[in-house]
Amino acid sequence: MVRQIVLIKQLRKGMIVMKVRELVEKLDLEVIVGKSLDKEITGGYIGDLLSNVMAKARAGNLWLTIQGHQNVVAVALLTEVSAVIIVEDFDIEEEAVKKAEEKSINILRTPLSAYELAGKLFELGIK
Amino acid sequence: MKEQLILEKAIEKGDFNSGGEVSSKLKELLRKLGVRSEVIRKAAIVTYELEMNVIIHSEGGGIRVTIAPEGIILYVEDTGPGIPDLKKAFQPGYSTASDEVREMGFGAGMGLNNVKRYSDNLDIKTGPGEATRIRAVINLS
Repeated sequence: MVRQIVLIKQLRKGMIVMKVRELVEKLDLEVIVGKSLDKEITGGYIGDLLSNVMAKARAGNLWLTIQGHQNVVAVALLTEVSAVIIVEDFDIEEEAVKKAEEKSINILRTPLSAYELAGKLFELGIK
Repeated sequence: MKEQLILEKAIEKGDFNSGGEVSSKLKELLRKLGVRSEVIRKAAIVTYELEMNVIIHSEGGGIRVTIAPEGIILYVEDTGPGIPDLKKAFQPGYSTASDEVREMGFGAGMGLNNVKRYSDNLDIKTGPGEATRIRAVINLS
């Protein structure tokens, strides 16, 4: 517990960077595709409109969305996000899973809403 | 150095499965050529929007990308049906996309705005019932 508090404090100060793998453990996220869980997280972006995400999501961001089709993988690849997190347990198409495996795009899922998840990410120091 | 072709690809109408392929390929090429990452990012956004526009709105077409001292030049051409009111098409939020396409997170009326915002020079030739020809330049520095 104490160690965890110290880690979170360091994270907030930008002293250490969290990897996708650690986030999965901390928030008990479902890993649908996790071929590159060592990617480092640089913050996050929430969006279901792909043009918006294309323009705003930055490399290393976590992308929180309800979209689960294969164009999500294309946008994730282009924006170089560290992981796509499908919120509210939305469905993900099989073709999207296949493509994500091919391109090593991390796809995670949670029953939480984007709002709830973002709150937890902030608590963990991911801003 | 004059204009040098680096990428050429046909884009099929309604082929959502390949959406983003041209921009991914271009990104890879530009990285190999040592182009700055912020320039690559702009080129990827513009290319992505333009290729999705061909997939969603046109009868099919293609894209050609060249590199010149001026910058990265994208030529996107389709076989119609043209944009009847270009001014409207540039209004944020204006869209002619179907509900189905919108549900996928496309057609929010932001595409052309992104193209304009992230390209340094943009020229569009179109009209009702005509082919649309776009030339977009992204400066190298």
